[in-house]
Amino acid sequence: MKRREFIELSANGLGGLLIYSLAGKARVVSAREGTVKVPLRFFTEPEARVVIAACERIFPADESGPGATQAGTMVYIDRQLAGPYGSDSHRYTKPPFVPSLPGHGYQGRANPQETYRAGIPTLGADFIALEAPKQDERIAAIEKTHFFQLLRQHTIEGMFCDPMHGGNAGLIGWQMLGYPGPRMSYREQLGRFNGVAYRPKPESLSQILGYPVKPWEDQGQDKG
Amino acid sequence: MKTLAPVDVVIVGGGWSGMIMAKEIALRTPLSVLVLERGGPFRGVGSYGEEMDEVDTFIRKRFAENPAVETFTTRATRKDRANPLRQYGALPWMGTGMGGSGDHWGATSPRLMPEALRLASHLRERYGASRLPPDTTIQDLGITWDEIEPYYTRAEEMMGTCGKAGNLKGRRIEGGNIFEGPRSREFPNPPHPMPYGPLLFAKAAKELGYHPFPMPSSTLSRSYVNPDGVGRVGCQYCGHCSGFGCMVGAKASPNFTLLPLLEGRKNFTARTHCQVRRIVHRGGSAVGVTYVDASGMECMQPAETVVLAAWVFNNARLLMLSNIGERYDPVSFRGTLGRNPTYSVHVGLDYFLDKPQNDFMGSGGLGMGIGDFGGDLGADGAARGAFQGGIIFAYQQGDPPVISAFGKIPKGETQRNWGSQWKQAALKWNDRYGTFLNTGNHFAYRQNYLDLDPTYTDRWGDPLLRVTMDWTDAERKQAAYMLEKEVGIAEAMGALAINPHPNAATSGPPLMVDQHSHGGAIMGTSPENSVVNTWLQHWQMSNLWVVGGSALPQGDEHLTLTVMALAYRAADAFVDRYVKRPGALA
Repeated sequence: MKRREFIELSANGLGGLLIYSLAGKARVVSAREGTVKVPLRFFTEPEARVVIAACERIFPADESGPGATQAGTMVYIDRQLAGPYGSDSHRYTKPPFVPSLPGHGYQGRANPQETYRAGIPTLGADFIALEAPKQDERIAAIEKTHFFQLLRQHTIEGMFCDPMHGGNAGLIGWQMLGYPGPRMSYREQLGRFNGVAYRPKPESLSQILGYPVKPWEDQGQDKG
Repeated sequence: MKTLAPVDVVIVGGGWSGMIMAKEIALRTPLSVLVLERGGPFRGVGSYGEEMDEVDTFIRKRFAENPAVETFTTRATRKDRANPLRQYGALPWMGTGMGGSGDHWGATSPRLMPEALRLASHLRERYGASRLPPDTTIQDLGITWDEIEPYYTRAEEMMGTCGKAGNLKGRRIEGGNIFEGPRSREFPNPPHPMPYGPLLFAKAAKELGYHPFPMPSSTLSRSYVNPDGVGRVGCQYCGHCSGFGCMVGAKASPNFTLLPLLEGRKNFTARTHCQVRRIVHRGGSAVGVTYVDASGMECMQPAETVVLAAWVFNNARLLMLSNIGERYDPVSFRGTLGRNPTYSVHVGLDYFLDKPQNDFMGSGGLGMGIGDFGGDLGADGAARGAFQGGIIFAYQQGDPPVISAFGKIPKGETQRNWGSQWKQAALKWNDRYGTFLNTGNHFAYRQNYLDLDPTYTDRWGDPLLRVTMDWTDAERKQAAYMLEKEVGIAEAMGALAINPHPNAATSGPPLMVDQHSHGGAIMGTSPENSVVNTWLQHWQMSNLWVVGGSALPQGDEHLTLTVMALAYRAADAFVDRYVKRPGALA
């Protein structure tokens, strides 16, 4: 069995009020705790650090609001890759693999795990030590690759997913957008807020239902 | 192979078509009915509440058919190599499990225009065959408006479709779609309340002289009990609609409106996780089907009648795999099986406004439309080579709620699609845009067809279906014409920016087949031009019925209601005529 990898992250950098599922358990981390040890399911610790840095350049914290690091997008990606998605449980993977027009979608052989494992080194061994403009140059150089397209898409997913998936920590992404979460009814509101923002406090699916919901990546593989 | 106890009727597929047939036959005859469904059982509304998760349900499509099991290959022309659609994103949303795609659809439910039933005749009479696109194989359905209208009404009443009539028995009514064919009755339920974007659309359209109406939606606007006695509650506008199961049962689904009538009946059984591989036939008659069950065991299910109601194109595929009927040859143009596959020319746009839309609220079919370009485009269109249009509509589905809705930015505002500048632009425009589509008629052509792929196979080693299809100039002209009208409305709404969607006018071949595709085992008036007669009974095998979107000889975005009407009509023919005197009905 693979040695268990952990990454130590600054609780402060993670937004402080973080509802974190550490080893499957819900937990609130306070900024005062200093650092928090997050178990990794797929990435090695050095890979995780590169992914954190690259996600932050894709979706940076700036004057418009928090970024990928605070939302925990790396944790989201790590779990997706370790789950059924990462090993292509729902992709047609019979050969021959033949390149085609973009309309056919990704036609490669590599699954998302393999794409990340091979893609992370293309950012350079020194990536996390670089200044932001240099990091941006490295990213721009791989912008057209399948790896980058996945990384970009997964960063957005990790910003705005339900927190049960490991991203959108403390609902930080939904707060930024004013998205209230998967509420069960807007029957009273529809047609009454025309052109006027309706922005109740965001809630996660588990908060709304009143019981924990397990995401796919935590349930093992479905019958295919 | 294990041979099972015979049944009277075996139905392949538990979607709308299969379940309409099952319900009509099981409730109106003593025949035993067995539905074989490739996916799982109905998961229930409680599960649908837990499935309101964009990542698992909408993006990864956890509950849709697994492409690792079966998919399609596509190519533009028969000179090209076909590639498989390997994952969602490129693949259409293939429904699976009880309810089929009817469990996650958006429930938009317009009727066809009367002239669309006899499209080929209509356009030839009006414009002359020589002006139509060369190589088009559009053809008449072979039934009249008066024949289909009662079945449209029956389907609407079963689902509780919401809307406002624009033509009641020939009387035109402003506020409804005045271009529609005459309805025998008003909609069973009133229209939904409308959100901001669709209201602005309707106002602008009216100012331009068009005739806006609420899009017909089969998600309930209020509590409703249908003629079968099945009650459901009204929509909550939760915004998890198209792509999701309904967590209150407001959206019409076979699981909510048909399955409850069948469960517990002695003459009805549904077996799930059963993948049908062949229709078995002997001496010109179907004798049953073979399938692989949940445990992987091959089973032979004998049956007096076989009803094929699989996912649209899979009807044609199963007929091909079973060697039933003459396959279409794209060189000699002989054969009918695999003819007339279509997509839809649903060109649309995103418009940007300075006001928030609250677009996380909504419902699949929630929107306002205009029928002014909904059918024949008239002399103006014909002069530009655009003959048929579609209903243009502004909608607010609510979904995809966040992730998939993030990052809509007016063209040219940012160079990159990542980084601080992009993030700020995406945040600025988030919830400040809306979308139009049109239902986009699509002609069928000689060069577009379905056959079996020579290279790629499914999980059991059977060839995948190969779709050969490309746009022609006619689609590009139609898309350009419709887009021009849509842009005119968006400008009148005061849009700050307009992003046309990539479409037939601008993009490459439609390598992605669509959940709105149709054809492949089409209906018609003669075995020379169709696979099934207008009762959806196979021309060569009278105890084989092929029901579903496969029967439609030309395409349009929203044909589910028409598919359901045809299924009801087939069920009536089966129950009222075929059971009493088996044999060919036409």
